[in-house]
Amino acid sequence: MDISRLQKIDACSWIVPLRAGEKRAPAILYGSESLLAGMDDKVLEQITNVACLPGLVGSAMTMPDAHWGYGFPIGGVAAFDPELGGIISAGGVGFDISCGIRCLRSNLDLQHIAPHLEKLADALFRAIPAGVGEEGRLRLTPAQLNEVLTGGAQWAVQHGYGHADELEYIEEHGRMAGAVPGNVSELAKKRQRGEMGTLGSGNHYLELQVVEKIFDPATAQAFGLHQGQLLISIHCGSRGLGHQVGTDYLLSLAKAAGRLGIRLPDRELACAPINSPEGQEYLGAMNAAINVALANRQILAHLTREVFDEILPQARLETLFDVSHNTCKPEKHQVDGKERLLYVHRKGATRAFGPGHPALPARYRAAGQPVIIGGSMGTGSYVLAGTNESERRAFSSASHGAGRAMSRTQALKRWQGKELIRDLASRGILIRTLSLRGAAEEAPGAYKDVDEVAAATEQAGLARRVAFLRPKVCIKG
Amino acid sequence: MSFDYFEHDADIGVIGRGATLEEAFEGAAEGMFAIMADAAQVRPLVQFAFAFAEDDVELALVTWLNRLLAEARQRGLALARFRLKRVDGQWQGEAWGAPWGANMERGTEVKGATLTMLRVGQSEGAWEARCVVDV
Repeated sequence: MDISRLQKIDACSWIVPLRAGEKRAPAILYGSESLLAGMDDKVLEQITNVACLPGLVGSAMTMPDAHWGYGFPIGGVAAFDPELGGIISAGGVGFDISCGIRCLRSNLDLQHIAPHLEKLADALFRAIPAGVGEEGRLRLTPAQLNEVLTGGAQWAVQHGYGHADELEYIEEHGRMAGAVPGNVSELAKKRQRGEMGTLGSGNHYLELQVVEKIFDPATAQAFGLHQGQLLISIHCGSRGLGHQVGTDYLLSLAKAAGRLGIRLPDRELACAPINSPEGQEYLGAMNAAINVALANRQILAHLTREVFDEILPQARLETLFDVSHNTCKPEKHQVDGKERLLYVHRKGATRAFGPGHPALPARYRAAGQPVIIGGSMGTGSYVLAGTNESERRAFSSASHGAGRAMSRTQALKRWQGKELIRDLASRGILIRTLSLRGAAEEAPGAYKDVDEVAAATEQAGLARRVAFLRPKVCIKG
Repeated sequence: MSFDYFEHDADIGVIGRGATLEEAFEGAAEGMFAIMADAAQVRPLVQFAFAFAEDDVELALVTWLNRLLAEARQRGLALARFRLKRVDGQWQGEAWGAPWGANMERGTEVKGATLTMLRVGQSEGAWEARCVVDV
């Protein structure tokens, strides 16, 4: 990105100045100078397009891991007021609705798992359906699927997948309100057949990780983390049903926008006023897809526990937190000293409530919400904590991953899947995947420096670093 | 008929080319499914057909690709052959493929065809259809 087009606010905050005659809300990019310089100019174009949408409150923003997406940039955050004609955008949520990360903390350390890593990797690879075309064992009747669409992870727990006491560590307590199964097409429901309890493909993964470094001992203690501890992260979303909801409404909202008098700078920003029949219909369907994602991660967490029960029966795997990073959610935020109900789009961005927020479980209320930045399979991931400054700066939002620095086609030209997997194994990271192509596309070198993203996230005041996690086993979709 | 790809940071741009509009759409479908499976390993064992109405040719491309994704997924198929006709404003599609097998090399799942960089047009007598697909 040509950063001469930006005006620096502070070390990790930049604003896109208005050009003569340009009418839009402010667009702010968070990140260090080098992270921004490495981004495509399309990020700037896309976030200024978002800043043109009706009813936007404050600024349209990108997180430090931002990259070029479709419609919204990945790492984009924008809040809309329904009372001011604010919109909801299918393109602002994306196809993988409620894609997110479930992070489990264990009572095991590296020394306990080190002799069993190969066995764990193979058993997890057998137990967790991963990759294009793979199906899960769970088959739901239409009536059961409708129950999932309204029940989310709570449905999964009621049906034997996990424990009720972990629901408070999932956003929305595991169940998104406002889901309307009738707004989800039959095609979307059929597409989910065979996909409950599956990981998916692309950048989705299940990783065994070890806490390598603690940045904030007090918060780490509140989160139940210590150096050398095994954590497990599961990154996936709402699978075929969510993809089809995204597809259905992207087209219907793109057509509706013209009818509703909304001028779209990019058709991919397909949207409708929140307080319109079209907006409400999408909202009901999207909430249903969020519940599918929450149930899916709950089922995958359960399958993971079953594997550990076989190999290391002393293991206890508790939910640290479950965060979604492709959503639009109604939230109350302080704007100019007044509390307002806003619909916050986070596309490739994580909610990051600060200390004291009433939505947080009691255990984390003093520390802030656990925020997970999922890195590449060869580098590592971060656990951070939400801050109150993030509420002021970004409607309580933070980065969600390392963010791609290179396209998939470029990565395929540079890396071979087999060699990459061998190289990672020599560094003590075991990869299991059906897709050598997928492994090459997801090469660690194709991502931004996750350390720099996490540091910039902290420096921008969006979240503060708590722990760094080093991958040991990666089941790659 | 042929296909190619273009650069996008997170996802993949697909281009279909052909002597007719329909051939360009078929090429785009081949390109999109080649991201998920090696077409040489997919035998045309199963066939299905569907129809849809769409006046906007660009939205028709996205609809065609997304219907193929949905039909393939709900049937558990990898696809490799495609045929599209336009009759009286109605698009009539056909596809051939095979159930996913244990010995098939897996690529990367495509979640949906997007409206990003969506363009359908003619250049030097040939048709070209392109868009970014989300993976």
